[in-house]
Amino acid sequence: MNIKEVVKRKELFTGGHRACAGCGAAIVARQVLMAAGPDTVVASATGCLEVVSTIFPYTAWNVPFIHSAFENAAATISGVEALYRSWARQKKYDKKVNFIAFGGDGGTYDIGLQALSGAMERGHNILYVCYNNEAYMNTGVQRSSATPIGADTTTAPVGKVQKGKAQYRKDLTAIMVAHGIPYAAQAVVGNWRDLTNKVEKALSIEGPKFINVFQPCRLGWSYKPELTCEMGRLAVDTCAWPLYEVTNGQYKVTRPKEKKPIAEWLKLQGRFAHLFRPENKALLDQIQAETDKAWEELLRKENIASQAAAPAQPKSI
Amino acid sequence: MAKGNIVARTGNEAMAEAMRQINPDVVAAYPITPATEIVQIFASYVADGLVSTEFVPVESEHSAMSACIGSSAAGGRTMTGTSSQGLALMAEMLYIAAGLRLPIVLAVVNRALSSPINIHCDHSDTMMVRDSGWIQIFSENSQEAYDNMIQAVKIAEKAAIPVIVTTDGFIISHGMERIEILDDADVKNFVGEYKPKDYLLKLEEPITAGALDLTDYYFEHKRQQIEGFKASKAVILDVAKEFAVIAGRSYGLFEKYRLDDAEIALVAMGSTAGTTKVVVDELRQKGLKAGLLKPRVFRPFPKEEILEALKKLKAIAVMDRSDSMNGHEGPLCAEIKAAFYDIGVNKPVLNYIYGLGGREIRPEDIALVFSELSEVAGGKEKPKVSYLGVRE
Ligand SMILES: Cc1ncc(C[n+]2csc(CCOP(=O)(O)OP(=O)(O)O)c2C)c(N)n1
Ligand code: SF4
Ligand SMILES: [Mg+2]
Repeated sequence: MNIKEVVKRKELFTGGHRACAGCGAAIVARQVLMAAGPDTVVASATGCLEVVSTIFPYTAWNVPFIHSAFENAAATISGVEALYRSWARQKKYDKKVNFIAFGGDGGTYDIGLQALSGAMERGHNILYVCYNNEAYMNTGVQRSSATPIGADTTTAPVGKVQKGKAQYRKDLTAIMVAHGIPYAAQAVVGNWRDLTNKVEKALSIEGPKFINVFQPCRLGWSYKPELTCEMGRLAVDTCAWPLYEVTNGQYKVTRPKEKKPIAEWLKLQGRFAHLFRPENKALLDQIQAETDKAWEELLRKENIASQAAAPAQPKSI
Repeated sequence: MAKGNIVARTGNEAMAEAMRQINPDVVAAYPITPATEIVQIFASYVADGLVSTEFVPVESEHSAMSACIGSSAAGGRTMTGTSSQGLALMAEMLYIAAGLRLPIVLAVVNRALSSPINIHCDHSDTMMVRDSGWIQIFSENSQEAYDNMIQAVKIAEKAAIPVIVTTDGFIISHGMERIEILDDADVKNFVGEYKPKDYLLKLEEPITAGALDLTDYYFEHKRQQIEGFKASKAVILDVAKEFAVIAGRSYGLFEKYRLDDAEIALVAMGSTAGTTKVVVDELRQKGLKAGLLKPRVFRPFPKEEILEALKKLKAIAVMDRSDSMNGHEGPLCAEIKAAFYDIGVNKPVLNYIYGLGGREIRPEDIALVFSELSEVAGGKEKPKVSYLGVRE
């Protein structure tokens, strides 16, 4: 995607919405639509993105948009896409349309996991974008299964005896890969070129696609609003959020120029402040060790997959 | 006047047949006894290419209704079916479909709600969602189930309100009956093409559906929905008139059976109305002025019309196939009593809770209700609420 050309395009997710200053979710929506173009129908789960962008009588969406509930963006977009199939078969409709669902990590990893899994298994021609800010932000920063270990949230708070969330986060991208879908990827706010390329690629593939976009949230993560893109890039450089894509079973990992210690990313965020107290050093070390392990594991998968070169089961019907 | 073809069909088959003739754009459904057959039969129509419907075999009823909402908002004619726990799981989405004014048609085969788990008929599932903003039409038999499904499509689209059509689990859904089926072309003609004004697939005019309404707009939007709901009574009657022309069968908001000169009457919905008719005939032969009022449309509740039909009676028994768990009476009875209050009439109204979990309701049971009703009409006192056919 050429930046000179991109800026001339019509804004499909406009300004004037009510997201926090420096909100990464709005950036995700804008860049995904930039890549998708106007012939796109969007379904969104309840959550920050929907709440800040559709306060009646205003809307930030310049494409057809539907929100119905929290846990069902994947099912809702399935229905839209099913109608499209029906009309195409009846020769009532001949445009090419992109079908994109947006869900937060809560709406995707947790309450919406079943609907997502169902939609992926059924093979709808849809792209599901999880804007992953690692907690339930809309309702006031509660933990989700995407929240990393040690993070301070309002339902797994740091207290006299607890150190924030006690569990590791779920690897949803791996779960999506396990569905045998033709395309799954991780992207980040702060690398627009990578994100838009992945969206373009995903939309060029027939069948169900999933992109997990890491989205810094200045409120829930507690950092300075101007640092949003930097927070994303640093997450990649520290391997807190590796960028990769899996196309028909083939892994392609984007390596940071220089892998940085995870503490460099953690220390900028209020939600991890307690990790830097001397008594929590063991937890900090554990987080570094786990991050390294996950990164090695990802590289191993890339290696194995490239050797085996086994195409995943095609999933379009 | 018979206009169609005589066939033998269970309630589920009749509903599936109606769906085939309607040929909706999308059906998204999940199996549950006793409604499963409807979508199974329909899936076989899809497999045989008899319909152009896109069938979405979703992973839950919540997703079934969510996908229906997506399809309907996108501009398509959309149908589904369920029962009991499935309806309960859909409940969140039923309110949303109604609030979005989406004309989805849902076949509900009435079945008791857990717990205890049970697969047989009562009306607790449909009653659970009675305030969801869906029109609710009850059927007495397979014929009505078939006729109601066809009318429902038109009612929903004209009123911009989703419609539930119910049958009674097993009693109607699995009971084989002789029914009249219309010609495919007549049904196609009757339902016509669905032409929404705004829809998601109209890319040239993007809409935002399901926006966030706060204190400044929510109430106005709900008020519009309430007005639309009230106005749907007239739509239901208009559609019934048009239907009578092609089918030769007339429908109203309710059916009166030997009611006009009756002194005592039962109010009963669904298959029990059929049983009651038999008992009414027997009692009439014995000289008792018995009658029946069978609400067909429970939502919107045809308050004025029902009052008009009941106000001359000496005593009324309201048959509720579910309990409200409100500590005093069943949902149908509460509606009727509230209506009488409005016209300042304090009439003896007995409430019978019956048939929970599929407990049989026999002509003898109904005859017993009539005999208690006669006593009440003669001035005797009886308990306001009785539980019919239960071991105490
Ligand atoms: C069924 C249901 N349960 C709970 C809620 C309340 N709720 C709305 S948004 C939300 C959290 C959203 O979190 P996430 O999906 O991560 O999106 P974010 O707000 O972080 O963007 C919750 C719990 C709801 N709307 N519906
Ligand atoms: S809370 Fe976070 S995700 Fe929500 S609007 Fe603010 S910055 Fe964006
Ligand atoms: Mg979140």
